[in-house]
Amino acid sequence: MGSDVTSLGALAPAFPELLLAVGAVVLLLVGVFFRKDRPAVISAGAILLLVAVALVVMLHPADGVVFNGAFVDDEFARFMKVLVLAGSAFALVLTHSSARENGLYKFEHSILVLLATLGMLVMVSANDLMSIYIGLELQSLALYVTAAMNRDSTRATEAGLKYFVLGALASGILLYGASLIYGFTGATRLDQIVEQIVLGERSIGLIFGMVFLLAGIAFKLSAVPFHMWTPDVYEGAPTPVTAFFASAPKIAAVALFVRVVTVGFAPIAQDWQQIVIFLSLASMVLAAFAAIGQQNFKRLIAYSAIGHVGFTLVGLSSGTAVGVEGVAIYMAIYLIITVGVFAALLSIRTEGGAVESIADMAGLAQKRPFVAGIMAVMMFALIGLPPLAGFFAKWHVFLAAIEANLFVLAVIGVLASAVSAFYYLRVVKVMYFDEPVREFAAVPRELVAVMALSGFLVVTYFFTVGSPLTTAAHNAAGSLF
Amino acid sequence: MIFGADILTVITFLPTVGALLLLLVPGRTEASHNIVRWIALVVTTVTFALSLWLWAQFDASDPGFQFVENYPWIGTSIGYRMGVDGISILFIPLTALLMPAVVLASWGSVTTRVREYYIVFLVLETFCLGVFATLDLAMFYVFFEGSLIPMFLIIGIWGGKRRIQAAYKFFFYSFTGTVLMLLAIMFMYWQANTLDIRTLLEFRFAPEAQFWLWLAFFASFAVKLPMWPLHRWLPEAHVEAPTAGSVILAAILLKLGGYGFIRFSLSMFPEASADLSGFVFVLSIAAIIITSLVALVQTDMKKLIAYSSVAHMGFVTMGIFAANEFGLQGAIFQMLSHGLVSAALFLCVGVVYDRMHTREIEAYGGLVQRMPQYALVFMVFTMANVGLPGTSGFVGEFLTMLAVFQVNTWVAFFAAFGVILSAAYALWLYRRIIYGALTKEALMGILDLDRREMLVLVPLVVLTILFGFYPAPILDTTAAAVSQLVDNLAMATGAGDPAAAVVLAH
Repeated sequence: MGSDVTSLGALAPAFPELLLAVGAVVLLLVGVFFRKDRPAVISAGAILLLVAVALVVMLHPADGVVFNGAFVDDEFARFMKVLVLAGSAFALVLTHSSARENGLYKFEHSILVLLATLGMLVMVSANDLMSIYIGLELQSLALYVTAAMNRDSTRATEAGLKYFVLGALASGILLYGASLIYGFTGATRLDQIVEQIVLGERSIGLIFGMVFLLAGIAFKLSAVPFHMWTPDVYEGAPTPVTAFFASAPKIAAVALFVRVVTVGFAPIAQDWQQIVIFLSLASMVLAAFAAIGQQNFKRLIAYSAIGHVGFTLVGLSSGTAVGVEGVAIYMAIYLIITVGVFAALLSIRTEGGAVESIADMAGLAQKRPFVAGIMAVMMFALIGLPPLAGFFAKWHVFLAAIEANLFVLAVIGVLASAVSAFYYLRVVKVMYFDEPVREFAAVPRELVAVMALSGFLVVTYFFTVGSPLTTAAHNAAGSLF
Repeated sequence: MIFGADILTVITFLPTVGALLLLLVPGRTEASHNIVRWIALVVTTVTFALSLWLWAQFDASDPGFQFVENYPWIGTSIGYRMGVDGISILFIPLTALLMPAVVLASWGSVTTRVREYYIVFLVLETFCLGVFATLDLAMFYVFFEGSLIPMFLIIGIWGGKRRIQAAYKFFFYSFTGTVLMLLAIMFMYWQANTLDIRTLLEFRFAPEAQFWLWLAFFASFAVKLPMWPLHRWLPEAHVEAPTAGSVILAAILLKLGGYGFIRFSLSMFPEASADLSGFVFVLSIAAIIITSLVALVQTDMKKLIAYSSVAHMGFVTMGIFAANEFGLQGAIFQMLSHGLVSAALFLCVGVVYDRMHTREIEAYGGLVQRMPQYALVFMVFTMANVGLPGTSGFVGEFLTMLAVFQVNTWVAFFAAFGVILSAAYALWLYRRIIYGALTKEALMGILDLDRREMLVLVPLVVLTILFGFYPAPILDTTAAAVSQLVDNLAMATGAGDPAAAVVLAH
């Protein structure tokens, strides 16, 4: 392990993060001094920067550990980082068309997204309780601000405040857990914690610390019972910001969760598996029933996100490499679908403004067949119907659960997915079976492109990305075990 | 490669290629609608021609899988595997035959969202063909479950007044049953380390595992087929679906369940099938008698035919779980025959529905005086539905009765009531619609079959009678595969002699 930073080359595993940090600062300076009135330019620059960082991640793999073991780069980290970067880049693309009306037509928005992304990359690579906290807080603070960016909107400020207060509470819980773990093992690095657990006995204090730590992360994941903020924040935040919240931060939190439990607490798998199974069951079941009554599409998607965290954790609860592979695939597919859902949602506009109520989508299929088609495909994919990508996501996580003989979890999980089909189908029903009552505005070009891309990937998954994605996820999972 | 090894891929995905072509047709004018209809007709007809060619090339003396394709696909679990044997091959021409028929039947009656209509039907055809053609259990699931999406849309968009409730009911019954099968499939993968159906057919699952696997598959197929008491979605879905949707539902989608029972439940879990055959017999008898009685009191033509479908499927499950050669041959024959006959009956209902826009039996009567050709065609299919000797309906019913008689005479005894009852409701329906005095004002101007309707119905009449008198083409195709399956069952259940069949019965 290279512990001392003697040359720039020794920092190779952290090059993507360094590039992103420097780039974000440069864009901030450019924004402040030259382009204050042209946020679109900064936004385009930010997208290019994210693409460049993703290219560095993919083309310059540097397995290794830096910063005294606090930061690690491996296949798993790179897989998740590419997803996070893609999620952030797409969120910026989706922001463009409705930035003005949502109060996001400010260059600071792009900068905050970049800084949040930097925090997420650190979370994905974090190998030490301290770097975990730094990454998490960098991400969270930037997100709190983006949620409340539209400061003239009471809904947005309320969402931002709620997110901040509950998020701070969760951070506190996480820190408390981290201090307990340090107190009972004497280590903060995940690999050293493992050594201590193996050497010593399984102390109750350590278990307590782990529970608190995982509760803090579960809050960021919005897993039940730490989900209360999600519907309010999803609904209150401007739609492009919700699109961002639903994709990249979720992936980073899942990646962090996976690394902490599989690397840091591998010897006490029995203990954390119980927690993961509970979180998974509670999330799947609660989301399936709670979403039924929702009338606002963004609230519906919030509950859907909670449910999908539950399905993701089905894979992790097995505690095996197959399970982590399933989680990685689930995240990739969930990202594609989420981007498609929000691109479609942002495309559904009347002359009066954005449409958020499900009932207002009536007859969309006859007025805007393309948008309705994409939205329907995404809904069917979220149900998990083959041959769409969403089915294969479920396939991989449940395959892991069955391998680990978690039959009860699996049966309740698939039945929850049958219940959840009800509210996804309601969206399809409103768009396709009901008669149109209003006209819909034209769709911006970049949203058409995003919808076409994500629709294409979801529909043709079996023939296009399925095989390479599975191979990549397989290698990624292998690097953790 | 079209006529090489990949023929099954071509047949399966040709309709989807057609659907993509339809996406390119611009405009919503009547002219572009006609282009859409012609493309759909040509694509489905070519698919049918290819499926006949497939049947012609099929070597009936070989009990194994033919036209096999096998490639690794997604990860280590899912492979791209195709192939047909004597049990599955005949469902492919059946599916491919009915698709051009429904395209023609919808020609004039579907006028809204025409392009979308044909797209979902073509996609549905791919799923149906895929179910029968695939040799990978995960792909089977993909095709099997995938068919829910187009069918949900067909019922929901082009259906009748209560279409939304019917669509939801159809979806949830099927989906809930099927997800349990998904878990069973995953369990089988970890046991056998492959999803290749050919390997799984030879794999011996532990008897206690078989029980749960059997139940999980049963949850899916019993809803799909459907078996009493899981049939409640069917009458509603049939009544509300447009004519073409009912035809596909009755003729093909129900067969997915029957095919699944033979291919998976019986072949892969022989011990569990033997243990649970009594249970299936009871449900089959219940289906045959109860739903026949329910059919008697229906006032809606489509509902009556829907209930009669459930009753006929009772013969199929009875034949399958009798688990001898007569039973399996009869069950397959009954499914194919029911595919032709129920399709034709729904098309016949569609003919008068297009003219009168009602399916109430009350609204008709004395049609023979205005529609003699229609009366004749309807007569043939009514007789086939009853199971009159000389029609295809007879052969399947007779063989399954014969089979079950060897296994359990009481089951055969009760099943015989179904034959009587089916004559009662079918002939009574015929009498009320076709005969009697033509008194109703609205019917005075009704027209007989036009050329397009003749084109759809006459081939079905010919096939129904042909297979009634000469069932050999079908029975010869299935014989080798069925006898191999029966041998495997006898070995698995521990008895190599003909008494094995009796052992199955309990």
